[in-house]
Amino acid sequence: MSSKPRVKVPKTASAGEVIVIKTLISHEMESGQRKDKDGNPIPRKIINKFTCEFNGQPVFSCDLDPAISANPYFEFSAKVPESGTFKFTWVDDDGSVYSDEQPITVE
Amino acid sequence: MPLSRRRVLMLAAGAAAIPALQLLPGAAFAAAEDVAAMMADFSGGKEPQAGKITLTAPEIAENGNTVPISVDVASAMEGDDMVDAVLILADGNPRPEVATFHFTAMSGSAAATTRMRLARTQNVIALARMADGSVYMDKKEVKVTIGGCGG
Amino acid sequence: MERISLAAGTALCLLLTGLAVERAFGEPVDDTLEIDGVPMITRAAAPEGHPFDEVLSGWLFREAETRATQEDSFENPGMLAVERGGEIWETVDGSMGKSCASCHDDAAVSMKDVGATYPKWDADAQRPINVELQIDKCRVENMGAEPYKFDDAEQVALTAFVKHQSLGKPLAIDLTQGELQTWWEKGKDVYYTRTGQLNFACASCHEASMGKYIRADHLSQGQVNGFPTYRFNTAGMVSLHNRFRGCIRDTRAEMPKAFSDELMALEVYVTWRGTGLSVETPAVRQ
Repeated sequence: MSSKPRVKVPKTASAGEVIVIKTLISHEMESGQRKDKDGNPIPRKIINKFTCEFNGQPVFSCDLDPAISANPYFEFSAKVPESGTFKFTWVDDDGSVYSDEQPITVE
Repeated sequence: MPLSRRRVLMLAAGAAAIPALQLLPGAAFAAAEDVAAMMADFSGGKEPQAGKITLTAPEIAENGNTVPISVDVASAMEGDDMVDAVLILADGNPRPEVATFHFTAMSGSAAATTRMRLARTQNVIALARMADGSVYMDKKEVKVTIGGCGG
Repeated sequence: MERISLAAGTALCLLLTGLAVERAFGEPVDDTLEIDGVPMITRAAAPEGHPFDEVLSGWLFREAETRATQEDSFENPGMLAVERGGEIWETVDGSMGKSCASCHDDAAVSMKDVGATYPKWDADAQRPINVELQIDKCRVENMGAEPYKFDDAEQVALTAFVKHQSLGKPLAIDLTQGELQTWWEKGKDVYYTRTGQLNFACASCHEASMGKYIRADHLSQGQVNGFPTYRFNTAGMVSLHNRFRGCIRDTRAEMPKAFSDELMALEVYVTWRGTGLSVETPAVRQ
């Protein structure tokens, strides 16, 4: 993991507004279906779970299978009832967890 | 028409190019019963209905390794009118499962976009399971083309 | 023999549709590209002596979803490499304890024309120098660091970061520097020389067959203004010399080495062929 995940969340919203969130993370999403030059299977290594929470409440999540492209991209929506923090997590097959947080202000 | 040396070379080149063009060489493709079983598992055995869910995918994917897809389910996303989850399957990949999206009242709307791999021309299937247990389905065929320059 | 010939004919049609057989001409799309509010020049009047009247960005030859991915700099996965390049820019390396930023400070200022004006003439080496080689020169002479191995992920990311600083600037190389004009001539020879078992020159696809289809691929003018480029195919960045080598490999010829005289000459010539097109690094292609 060479660079941190990219997350796009508006800085502000009005109370109850439904906003669009975009996320992109650098990951090879090795499918487990490929073979190396010597014909040995390359073991699967993917991001298998993505979650988005707002102030501790689940907003959106996704279970990923190897058919998701490398550098997984998600676009989804979220309702913003109040000012707070979005927390994003990506769970790797190897147990690593990558995360990011973004604040939003309701005005 | 005589088979010229150049034609033979081109044929050989073409034949050699074919294995390299498969995204997932040597892999077996999903069986129809696997797809049916996954759909039944997700829907709790209910027959999916048409409507409510819209799957957007290109008619022709420029490259099967990165195909953008979007789902959008018509729902108020509050009270009884809620989408619980959306299952995406691809019936011609080595394994049909692609992703499962989980929505909540905090989602605001049941819409999501991602990018997926398609090993060949096939159907992408999207199933939406509502909070009341009803299931809706949309399906799109995406043609996966073979690139000119070795894929 | 009759049956074999028929099979051969069918296979040829399938395999080399665009080149062996006349097929529908695909017009480049009538669309405009703007990235982060910066308008991109995707069509420009060709410079004097150019075989085309108009030079066209490869973006115009791509399908809608590919074009849309480049249009939004957040959705463009190539920006992951640019961000990585930005980290490398700030990272100290080598025996002299310096980073790129130690000398060049803010890349947005110091590198703003680089992507549009390279290759330049390297008076020390008496040959053209591109961004990758300029980075290596800096690393060796000013940082006390090792030059990058060709296509090292850091080389590609840093090159993408540097060129991205010129996003939107029209390509304008100065052929009056040193002996660049001679190298331009040499590059032109490379461009028009048929090679490989398939006997293709660069011009076979990107000039004579531009706009046609080779199997399902819509052939562009083969412009270089978006390199390093993010490719859907490999879900990764592709450097210019990697692409040159890939094209030559696909003609089933021996591949020249990256940054060899042959490919440096080709880079000079092909960059000139895109004169006036905006730097799109990192472009998104199929």
